[in-house]
Formats: sequence, structure tokens, C-alpha cells
Amino acid sequence: MTRPLTHLERLEAESIHIMREVVAEATKPVMLYSVGKDSSVMLHLARKAFHPGPIPFPMLHVASGWDFQALLDHRDKTVEEYGLELIVAKNEHAEEQGINPFDTGSALYSQAQLTDPLKAALTEHGFDAAFGGGRRDEEKARAKERVFSFRTSSHRWDPKNQRPELWNIYNARKNKGESIRVFPISNWTELDIWQYIMAENIDIVPLYMSSPQPTVEREGQILIVDDERFRLEEGEKPVTRNVRFRTLGCYPLTGATESDATDLSKIVQEMLLATGSERQGRAIDKGESASMEDKKQEGYF
Amino acid sequence: MTDQTQSNFQTEALIADDIDAYLEAQQHKSMLRFITCGSVDDGKSTLIGRLLYDSKMIFEDQLDALESDSKKVGTQGQEIDFALLVDGLAAEREQGITIDVAYRFFATEKRKFIVADCPGHEQYTRNMVTGASTADLAIILIDARKGVLVQTRRHSFLCKLLGIRNIVLAVNKMDLVDYDQPTFEHIVADYRAFANEIGIEDFTAIPISGLAGDNITTNSEATSWYEGPTLIDHLETVEVSSAVNREKPFRLPVQWVNRPNLDFRGFSGLVSSGTVRPGDELRVLPSGKTSKVKSIVTFEGELEEGFAGQSLTITLEDEVDCSRGDVLATADAPPEVSDQFETSIVWMDDEDLTVGRSYWLKLGTQMVSATVQAPKYEINVNTMEHLAAKTLQLNSIGVAELTTDRPIVFEPYEKNRTLGGFILIDKMTNRTVAAGMLHFSLRRAQNVHWQATDVTREAHANLKNQAPRVLWFTGLSGSGKSTIANEVEKRLNLMNRHTFLLDGDNIRHGLNKDLGFTDTDRIENIRRIGEVAKLMADAGLVVLTAFISPFRAERRMVRDMLPEGEFIEVFVDTPLEVAEERDVKGLYKKARAGDLKNFTGIDSPYEEPENAEIRVNTVEMTAEEAAAYIVDQIMPLR
Repeated sequence: MTRPLTHLERLEAESIHIMREVVAEATKPVMLYSVGKDSSVMLHLARKAFHPGPIPFPMLHVASGWDFQALLDHRDKTVEEYGLELIVAKNEHAEEQGINPFDTGSALYSQAQLTDPLKAALTEHGFDAAFGGGRRDEEKARAKERVFSFRTSSHRWDPKNQRPELWNIYNARKNKGESIRVFPISNWTELDIWQYIMAENIDIVPLYMSSPQPTVEREGQILIVDDERFRLEEGEKPVTRNVRFRTLGCYPLTGATESDATDLSKIVQEMLLATGSERQGRAIDKGESASMEDKKQEGYF
Repeated sequence: MTDQTQSNFQTEALIADDIDAYLEAQQHKSMLRFITCGSVDDGKSTLIGRLLYDSKMIFEDQLDALESDSKKVGTQGQEIDFALLVDGLAAEREQGITIDVAYRFFATEKRKFIVADCPGHEQYTRNMVTGASTADLAIILIDARKGVLVQTRRHSFLCKLLGIRNIVLAVNKMDLVDYDQPTFEHIVADYRAFANEIGIEDFTAIPISGLAGDNITTNSEATSWYEGPTLIDHLETVEVSSAVNREKPFRLPVQWVNRPNLDFRGFSGLVSSGTVRPGDELRVLPSGKTSKVKSIVTFEGELEEGFAGQSLTITLEDEVDCSRGDVLATADAPPEVSDQFETSIVWMDDEDLTVGRSYWLKLGTQMVSATVQAPKYEINVNTMEHLAAKTLQLNSIGVAELTTDRPIVFEPYEKNRTLGGFILIDKMTNRTVAAGMLHFSLRRAQNVHWQATDVTREAHANLKNQAPRVLWFTGLSGSGKSTIANEVEKRLNLMNRHTFLLDGDNIRHGLNKDLGFTDTDRIENIRRIGEVAKLMADAGLVVLTAFISPFRAERRMVRDMLPEGEFIEVFVDTPLEVAEERDVKGLYKKARAGDLKNFTGIDSPYEEPENAEIRVNTVEMTAEEAAAYIVDQIMPLR
């Protein structure tokens, strides 16, 4: 048999290699599990990498408190099904600090609800390596991110002080207190992710597929009224629309796409014919064009 | 342009009409990683921008952002500045310098592509080497108006160094030279002459225009004289390395031992070359133990065959010792095991190489301590000249010998990137300071197993009623090493000690008559003498050696060969002026006149010992006094 490896096989082999490298060299790794499609692919790759053994690290989910209910349900089901160890990181003081996605500016909100709880959890548990689902095709700042991205003891990322990364040799050495963020699916594109989900039959949060949802439209974004905390403006009435999501963040901040695509091949079809990029639906990434980079320097993934 | 737009429409039609057929076709795509070499002036960003644009990898919102960025900080006036598309970091965007490698992705109907885009400014070597390390192919861009430039040579040399076999010479901006065939052919001929010089045997030359779209995806009518493939045609059909590697012997660097319970013990790793089947006989290196493959385990079930490029887990029939860092290999064609190498090293850190310092070396899954010796030479990447160098600085490339603290499993880089490519890590800062390529082992004894003997070195020494020593005399030519060593041996003989004197000139008439005076030969000279001295010490003798031995690293090497305490470094300390004044053999005069090259102290360095056990100053002492002093120091030889 002399068929060449397909691109998905090559990407898969690379990701598995990266994960095993981390488990072999890090003291206490963890996987950042956002429950999104990229995380689902990462989880699947981890199951493959350590088969027939169990996944040798826990999952860390940073919950903002404004997560889609369907996402939390999917998380709990997956954890149960695969016997995973789950750690949930959350800012327990958000309410008394008056932080919520309606009144708080996006920079402060993501800092208080995502970045800070993440950093606190990493420090508390003493994790020295954390897998993230970042991909280089997502955003300009990420195109140059290393697979092994070194963080100071205060979790800061210094784009000018990255280690060169050659061949498939990764330098995982660090001093006490320092950590690395590892991106095993760096070289995957959004299309690769979808193709892999289809080929491997990976279970994902149903919100990626079209379903009728109560929605409102604000500033050109379709938002779904996922629970009773959603603050309707005067005269605003939820309308039922068939929508799906390309990316899943905090529900009051994540825009949906009107769609009738109820299965994966239709989603990919829509994606291929689409003219907007994936992060368009996310309010957090807007603003200055280097904003993702600024957030990364702060410690956000 | 029109044709490309059409081809996109055709794809879109398929996607719209029969998505399942489209996706089925997508599943069988292969992948090619390539690097683009050239500067913004060569139209590199325009070319990459076009490849992304044509394959619909730029979305509308990204294009909007690009347009507004172009107006704000672009260098192309009101035009879209494609450099901004491939620039990622805010700091460098403001400064207009790029400090990194950006990875870009696009796909055609046949293949997925990962492009390593390295900016083309002066501080380029480190970035390009990084990008080239994972590339199957390199596109060398040339501006048709300018022809082969210094940077073309630099890029080509680095591609060759990093072992990229597929080179595309893209002669760009053909529209600006009126698609003139002689211009193209002249450039190709120029390049061929240079390529042959540096060992690039083959390349594919394509006349293109990134801006106008000629010969990118469709054959251009403007270059009807050109009959070769378009750029995309070539990229889609060139053979990828993972397929080539499958024909080679099997190699699996063990990453991790999978041991979920007592019944399962699997060795996981990414196959670097070859194929493997259950029942195959494998050798575990460096131990050399063999066993047979019991099963090839994957999540999907056991495989009948595994091959290069796959991440696998292998179980063996026998309980053999095998852990991370070991290599599983075809039993009858194993890779070599050694601890001394000739290497090419690319220095990547602001802090220079420190010769003799211990760095971490990571090769495949092996991590050992390594020291680099003084470079034999540095290579000027613009002219390919060999320059003398004492160290290596950021972005410099040198050839140097490297020693590891224990044997590692390796193959020459030219044969196997995974088992021949390594990085060096600073033990204090943990920074990756260098990348390197192993060329060959300096020890020729990889296959010689140590023969245990019954009469031990202790027995030899006891019979002679003495403890063996190696008195290593080092110093400039004319310092008096031979005279003093000779005097010491005479005195020891009178005391009934069993001795042997190895003298520089005498050894060079026999054992080492094939060696000259280059740095390489000097190192080999000392290595052989070290080995001979070691054998004599094993025989129980007190060995005296009198060689200039100018480099610390080599003296250190001999010291490390011997049991602790047996190596006595004797520094015969004579200032250069004094030695030159004596000039017993008339060599300094010749060296000063330029008739003698590489003469220590004149045009080749002498590295003084830092912690010699014995130091004698021949200005203050006579040879007899020095000898008496040395004998005093080493007695009673117990």
C-alpha cells in the first residue's frame, strides 16, 4: 500500500505527537476545555493519543456564568461518557462586582470573567502546561504563535521573546512557576476541523446545527435569549429564527447566523460559501485590530 | 485573472450542488508544507496574498480590515498592502520589521498547503531556518529585472542546509520585462551555475507574475515559449517527503511509554521513516536488544501496517527495557549510536555560543548534555566563504564538533531529519539558542562492542607496582615541552617507574602522518594520542605526552577519557616572545613570513589551561629544575 497520508492524517499525527510530548515532559498538564468544536476535536485527539490508557490530565472549563445551557449540558454528558476529570473555573464574585455582559465593557468583562479565573485556576492547581485549541488560521496574531508558547509566572506572553521552534522538536524547559500554553491544533484550519468532525463522527454541541431559537437582533447581530437573565430592551420581543453558531462564547455576546443547515455537510457547505470569518460573531475580538494580541499578553488564550 | 475567477466559480458550483461529493473528494487531499523566500521587493507578499485570495482564504471582514489597515499604516498608498495580511504582531507592524515566521493556509482541489512566510530583512537566518525546518519545498523568488542577487544565494544555501529537496525558482514580475524569454533563460542559467556550486542538483524554474497572475494557476499566453507547469500545478503534484521516507528503514523515536495497567506496555511515537508490521524484528537503541512487534495499536484498532508520518503505539513480544529517548528500528539496519559528531550549527540567541559550555541537546525525543567545540569555520551565507571563527553569534552558521555526555541514537541529517536535527537549550535561561544538523560520527567504533578482559588495568598497574598517570604537557611551540618531558622520564626511570613518552614530532611521523595542521586535524591528532595514552595507562604505564594541544576542549576530551585523577595537565608556560626568540626549529620565522599556515600563537590560537594541575614557568626555571619540580608533584604514584 503506497497511498500518501491525507492532510487530515498528517494533522492528526502531528497533534498527537504534540500531546504526547507534553505529557512526557510536563509535570502537571491540563486541557483548556471550552466545549466548543475545537475543544471537541482536541479531546478526541487526546483520547487517540493515549489509547488504550485514559487521558492523563484533567479538563479545565472556564465558565463565565453566561454560557449557553446546551453547552453546559454537552460538557456534563461528555465528561460522564468518557470518564474525564473536570475542573470548572469561575469568577464567583462577578455579581457583587456588578460584572455582567450587558453593563460591563468587553475588555473588562473578558478580563474578569475569562482571563482572571483562568489564571487563578492555573496557579491554584499548579498546572505547568495547558493545552489550548487556538489555530493559526483564526487571526493575524495567532499566525505567528508557537505551538509551545512560553508564559511567565504571571502568565504573561511576550511576543518578542518567543523560542524558535524547529522541526517537530519542542523546548518544554521552564523555571519553577513558569508555564507553557500548548496549541496542538495550531496548523488546522476551520475547514479541517469540520472535515475531521465529520470523518470521525465527533459529538459536538447541538447549537452548531440549525435549530429554532428565541432571538433578538442588535447592531446587526442575532443573539439568542438563552435564559431569563437576558435583558430585553424596551419594546424588544424575542422572535423565533432558525439559527446556528460558528463559534460559542458567552451567549449575550455571541452572534448567531440564520441558517437551515441541520447537518454537518450543510454547515460545511455554508461555511465554504460564506464570506465572513469565524470570529466575526464575537464581540470580544472587535475594536483595535491587534486586540487579540493585547489580550494574549494579558494571559487570555 | 478571468480564468482563476472561473475556476473558483466551478468549485463553488460543486459545493453548492453536491456538497457530499465535494467533501468526499476533500478527504483524499494530501498536504504540502512550503516556504517562500524573498523580500517584499520581490513581490513575495503579493504572491502569497494572491494564493490566499484565489483560494478564498480571505474573508470579507478580513479584507475590510486589510483595506483600512492599508490606508492607515500601509506602504502602498491607497492600494492594498498585502504585507499587512501576512504580518501578525502589532509591535513589528509599527516598526515595519518582522521578527518571526508566519504560517498561512490555503487549499486547492488536490492539496492543502501550509506556507511558512519568512520576512526578508537582514536578520533573516534564524527565521528562515525555522520556517525551512518543516518545509517539503521552497519557492525562491527572483525579481526578473534584478536576476540572481546575494539574497537569492543566501536563501538557496539555507534551503540546501535544511535539506529541502524541492526547489522552485519563481522568476517573478515577468510582466515588467515584457515576458522576455532570453531574460528568463539568462536568470535560470545564472542560478543553475550557483546551485551546482552549493550542491542543489535540481530545481524547477517558472516564469510568473504574482501581480498579473501569469503561470500561477493557468498557463499564461504571454509566455507561450514556456512549456512547464504552472506554479500551482507543480505544488499540487510534487512528491511529499513523508511518501519518500516510507522506503527507508523503520525508525520510531519513543516518546512515551503507555502503561495503563500491568497487562499493557506500548511504545508511542511518530514514525520518522519506514514501515512496520506485526512480526517484524526490531532493535531497541542504544541498548541493542531485539524483539518482535506484537501489535500496532491505534484508537481505531490494530493495524496490519504502520508507516512514516503516523503517530503509533507498538507493543513487543518480549519484556525489553525501552523508554522515552530510545529508538525502535529495523533490527538488521539500525541507526548509529555515538557521542561525538561533526555538525552544522545555526546560532539563534543574542548571547554568543560559549565553546565548551554544557547545553541541553534535544534530538527527537532524546535529551542529553552537549558541548560544542570551537567552530572549525563560520560560513558567510552571502558568499559561501569559510571564515575563521572562535564562537558563533546570532544568525551565524558554523561547522563545529559536538560531544554529548552519553551516546545518542542518530542518523546523518541528510538521511533523516528527525534523527539528525537537534536544538541546543541554554541551561540557565531555558532559551532555544541554536539549531543544528548532525553530519557524521567522529567515532568510528559504533559497531564495535567492548570486549571484557580478565586481566584488569588494576592488575597491570599492580604488577608494575605503580599507579598509572598521563602527564599531559601543553604549551607553545618552543616552550620546552619535549625537553622537560624527556628529563622527567629519565628521572622516573632512575626510580624504576615504567614510563613511555609520546612526542609530538615522532607521532606525526607515524601514527598521525596523515594529519595536517588545520583545526580539524589538530583535534583528530589529539584524539588519537588521547586514545593511545589511555591504552598505555590501562597497561599500567606512566605516560608522558608532549604536544602543543592548543585547545581546551581537546585536553578536556582526553581528561574525560581517563579515570578521575589519572590525567595530570602540565602547563609549560612560556610567553610567546620568549618562545619566538628561542625559535629552536626556525618555525616562528617561517610563520611570520607567511610560509607556514595555522601556526599556534601566530595565526592559530593557543588556549591557556585554566586549572592545570602543574604549571612550570620556563623563564624562571631551567628544564632540570622544572622536571624535578614535576616529579616532586606526582610522587609517590600511588
